[in-house]
Amino acid sequence: MQVSVYRYDPDVDEAPEMRDMSLELPEGKDLMVLDLLERLKEQDPSLSYRRSCREGVCGSDGINMNGLNGLACITPVSQVAKRGKLALRPLPGLPVVRDLVVDMSQFFDQFEKVRPYLINDQPPPAQERLQSPEERAELDGLYECILCGCCSTACPSFWWNPDKFVGPAGLLQAYRFLADSRDTAGAERLRDLEDPFSVFRCRGIMNCVNVCPKGLNPTQAIGKIRGLLVRQGT
Amino acid sequence: MAALRKMEFDGLIVGGGGAGLRAALELAQSGLKAAVISKVFPTRSHTVSAQGGITCAIASEDPEDDWRWHMYDTVKGSDYIGDQDAIEYMCSEGPQAVFELEHMGLPFSRTESGRIYQRPFGGQSKDYGKGGQAARTCAAADRTGHALLHTLYQANVKGGATFLNEWFAVDLVKNQDGAVTGVIAIEIETGNVVHVASRATVLATGGAGRIYASTTNALMNTGDGVGMALRAGFPVQDIEMWQFHPTGIADAGVLVTEGCRGEGGYLINKDGERFMERYAPTAKDLAGRDVVARSMIIEILEGRGCGEAGDHVLLKLDHLGEAVLNSRLPGILELSRTFAHVDPVRQPIPVVPTCHYMMGGIPTQVRGQALTQDDTGQDQAIEGLYAAGEAACVSVHGANRLGGNSLLDLIVFGRAAGLHIEQAVRQGISRRDASESDLEAARARLARWNDSTSGESVAALKRELQNTMQASFGVFRTEEHMRKGIETLKGLRDRIGNAHLPDKSNAFNTARLEALELDNLLEVAYATAIAAEARRESRGAHAREDHQQRDDKNWLCHSLYFPDDERVAKRAVNFQPATVPVLEPMERKY
Ligand SMILES: Cc1cc2nc3c(=O)[nH]c(=O)nc-3n(C[C@H](O)[C@H](O)[C@H](O)COP(=O)(O)OP(=O)(O)OC[C@H]3O[C@@H](n4cnc5c(N)ncnc54)[C@H](O)[C@@H]3O)c2cc1C
Ligand code: SF4
Ligand code: SF4
Ligand code: FES
Repeated sequence: MQVSVYRYDPDVDEAPEMRDMSLELPEGKDLMVLDLLERLKEQDPSLSYRRSCREGVCGSDGINMNGLNGLACITPVSQVAKRGKLALRPLPGLPVVRDLVVDMSQFFDQFEKVRPYLINDQPPPAQERLQSPEERAELDGLYECILCGCCSTACPSFWWNPDKFVGPAGLLQAYRFLADSRDTAGAERLRDLEDPFSVFRCRGIMNCVNVCPKGLNPTQAIGKIRGLLVRQGT
Repeated sequence: MAALRKMEFDGLIVGGGGAGLRAALELAQSGLKAAVISKVFPTRSHTVSAQGGITCAIASEDPEDDWRWHMYDTVKGSDYIGDQDAIEYMCSEGPQAVFELEHMGLPFSRTESGRIYQRPFGGQSKDYGKGGQAARTCAAADRTGHALLHTLYQANVKGGATFLNEWFAVDLVKNQDGAVTGVIAIEIETGNVVHVASRATVLATGGAGRIYASTTNALMNTGDGVGMALRAGFPVQDIEMWQFHPTGIADAGVLVTEGCRGEGGYLINKDGERFMERYAPTAKDLAGRDVVARSMIIEILEGRGCGEAGDHVLLKLDHLGEAVLNSRLPGILELSRTFAHVDPVRQPIPVVPTCHYMMGGIPTQVRGQALTQDDTGQDQAIEGLYAAGEAACVSVHGANRLGGNSLLDLIVFGRAAGLHIEQAVRQGISRRDASESDLEAARARLARWNDSTSGESVAALKRELQNTMQASFGVFRTEEHMRKGIETLKGLRDRIGNAHLPDKSNAFNTARLEALELDNLLEVAYATAIAAEARRESRGAHAREDHQQRDDKNWLCHSLYFPDDERVAKRAVNFQPATVPVLEPMERKY
C-alpha cells in the first residue's frame, strides 16, 4: 500500500512536503489508520503524531485522511483508502507544529471563551442537585464531545475567522451549558454570543456534522442557540 | 551541561487525569502557586476511557445504603490486604466527593426521582454481604470517565489553575538530603528541557498496563511516575498485583465495562452455558474480577472456549433489548461494532481477560505523602513527594480492586493530597535547593538517550518486554515461568540501557518520549516480576499454581520492592479503622 504522509520538521525543513512510504498490509485484516501509522513509525521513528486511547474517546488523533477529517484510531483503512492510496495530512487550518501535529491553541481558546463550566448562583445543597431524566436527556449529543477538533478544522467559517468565530466545537459546548437545567447563567451566556461573529458566522455548511467521529451535530446546537438569541431579542 | 531554565512552584502535580485534576483544583482554590504538568492535553488522559462508573454509597438506588457496607465489600475484595484506615476514609468521604462533582456539573444519568443513577457492579453487597446484590456505582451512561474528566477540567478552567500541557516529566530531582525538590521536564513542542522546582511534587501519572502485550490501557499508560520513583531509589508496594479485567474484546484489548454484566449481561462458553453459575453460585457473573477472570481462563483451558481457536468466551447482551442498550450502554455498542465487528443488539461479544489495572504503586499515607521504610522497617515519609490515583498505593484496592473504586480513589485522595500540601506549605517548608550535581543526576538518563549512536530499536525491545510479561506474569503464575521471565527481563535491562534513539530532533519528538517511556515500562515490569516471585501464595489477582492457597500467616501484608538492592520487604496492613470495628480476614466466597 502507498501512503503519502505530510512531513515537516520546523528545525530542518524549509517547507512541508508529502513523502511517500510503502507498507505491506496483513491479509484478511482491516487495520485502523492508527495501526498503519504505528507501523510506519516503526520504519521511520521520526514520524510524529498524537495518539493515546486508541479507541476513539480521548480525541488525540484527529487527522485528515484522503481529504476527510477523522480519528485515525477508529477509521478503518478500507474506509478512506482509494485505489490502494492514502494521503495523511494534519487537520487543516491550524498551524503545524510537526508532521501530523497541529497547534490547537486557537481551538482551545475558543472553547474557553464560552465559559465551558457549570455556573449556578445558588449555594449547593448537601446532596446532588436534582435533575429529571428528561432534563438530563437534553445533554445527550452534547456532553460526549471529545475536543478532537475535527469539526472546527473542517469549517470554512472557522478557517477565515479562527479568532472571532467560536466554531462548531465551542458552540456545541456553549449549548451544552445553555441546555443544562442546573445552569443559571443562560442570559449572560447568550449575551456573550450575540455579536455578529461568535455564532452568526456559521453558514450552515454542515461540514462539522459530516466529520464528527462521535456522531454529534454541532449545526443543530448552533441552530438552537440562534433560536434562543432571536427569542431573547424580541 | 548547559544551564537549565528553571520554574518554581509551591505545588507541582505531574498528571492531568482524574487524580491530578482533583488535586489541582484544591490547590488552585487555595491561592498557592501550583501547576499541572501533563504529557497529553488533560482531557486526553486515560481517565477519559473509564466507562462503568464511580462506586459510592450515596443512597440513591437504595435509601438504606451505608458506606460501611461499601467498606466491607472493598476490604473483602482486596483479599484483606487493603488498608482499613484508608478504605474507611475513602468510603466515608466518598459521598461528599461525588456530590461535589455533581455540583461542578458532571452529567450523571438520573433516576425517576432526579437523583444520580446507580448500577450494580461486581463484588457489591448490602448489609455486609448478607443482603444480596447492591447497586452502588454512580454512572453517566457508560461514559463516566469522560464525563468526570471533562467536568474536572472545566472546573479547573474556572478555577484558573496553571497548566503546562504537553510537557513530559523525565525524572525526579532530589537534593543532598534525599528530599524531592521537583522534576526535570521536556516541553514537548519545542524540546526544551526545564527544571521545574516545587516544594511538593505529586505523582498522579496513572497506570502502566502497557507492560503487557494485551491491555485495556491507553498507549500513554507507561508507568512514568512509578518508574521515576524507582529510579530515585524509592520503593513500590504490592506491585505484583495486576488486575485482569474479564471483558476485554478479544484481539483488540478494548474494554467493555463490567456495567454490561451489572445491567444483566452474562458470559457463556461454547456450549452456550452460563458457566459462572458453577464458579460463583451466588454472585455469578458479578463475583470479584479476579474470580471471574480465572474462571474464564479455566473454561478456555479445558476446551470450552469459543471461536475457531477456542481462545475466548462470549458476553451476551441481546436479551436486554435495544432500548436498554441504547440508553445505558451506548458507548459499548459503538466499541463492539468498531472493534469486534459485532452488534451486541443481536450478537454476543467475544471477550478474554485482559490486563487492566495496577493495584500496586507508590506507597502513601492517607493524605498522599509518599512513604519508604527506615532501617528498622518503620514507615518513613519522603520529604517533598506525594502520589495519588492509579500511580499510588494508599492502599484501598489491596490484591484486587472492585469496579468503580478507582474513580472514587482518584477524587478522594487527589483532594486529600491537595489539602495536605496546602497545609504543609502554609506551615512553611524549607529545604535545600538541588545542586548542579543533583540536577545532572536527574538528567543522566535523558543524556544517555541523546548521546546514543547505535543499538537496538525501541519498538522491538518494547514488544519483547510486553510478550515476556504476558507469558510469565499473566492470570496464572508459576515459579518456573517467572524465573525464566526474570532472566529475560535482566537481559532486557542491559539491552535497553544500550538501545538507540535515532531521531535527535527537538520539535515534538515522540520517538524520544517513547524511548523514555520504555525505561519506565522496564522499571515497572521488573519490580512486578521480582515481587510476584517473592509472594509465595495466591491472593486476589495474584494466582500461583505452585502455591494455590492464601497464606495469612506469612503474607497477610504488603510487599515493598526496593530497587537499589532488588529486595522485597514486608509492610504491615492497617487493621485500625478509626470509627468502625475492624474487619477480620475470612475466606472469600462469592
Ligand atoms: C478502559 C478502562 C475503563 C475503566 N473504567 C473504570 C470505571 O468504570 N470505574 C473506575 O473506577 N475505574 C475504571 N478504570 C480505571 C480508571 O479509569 C483509572 O484507574 C484511572 O482513570 C486512573 O486515573 P489517574 O488520574 O490515576 O491517571 P490517568 O487518567 O491515567 O492520568 C495520568 C496523567 O498523567 C500524565 N502523565 C503520565 N506520565 C507523565 C509524564 N511522564 N509527564 C507528564 N505527565 C505524565 C498523563 O498526561 C495524564 O494526564 C478503567 C480503566 C480502563 C483502562
Ligand atoms: S454548519 Fe456552521 S459550524 Fe458547521 S461547518 Fe458549517 S459553518 Fe461551520
Ligand atoms: S463536536 Fe465532534 S468533531 Fe467536534 S470536537 Fe467534538 S467530538 Fe470532535
Ligand atoms: S487515540 Fe484517542 S481518540 Fe484516537
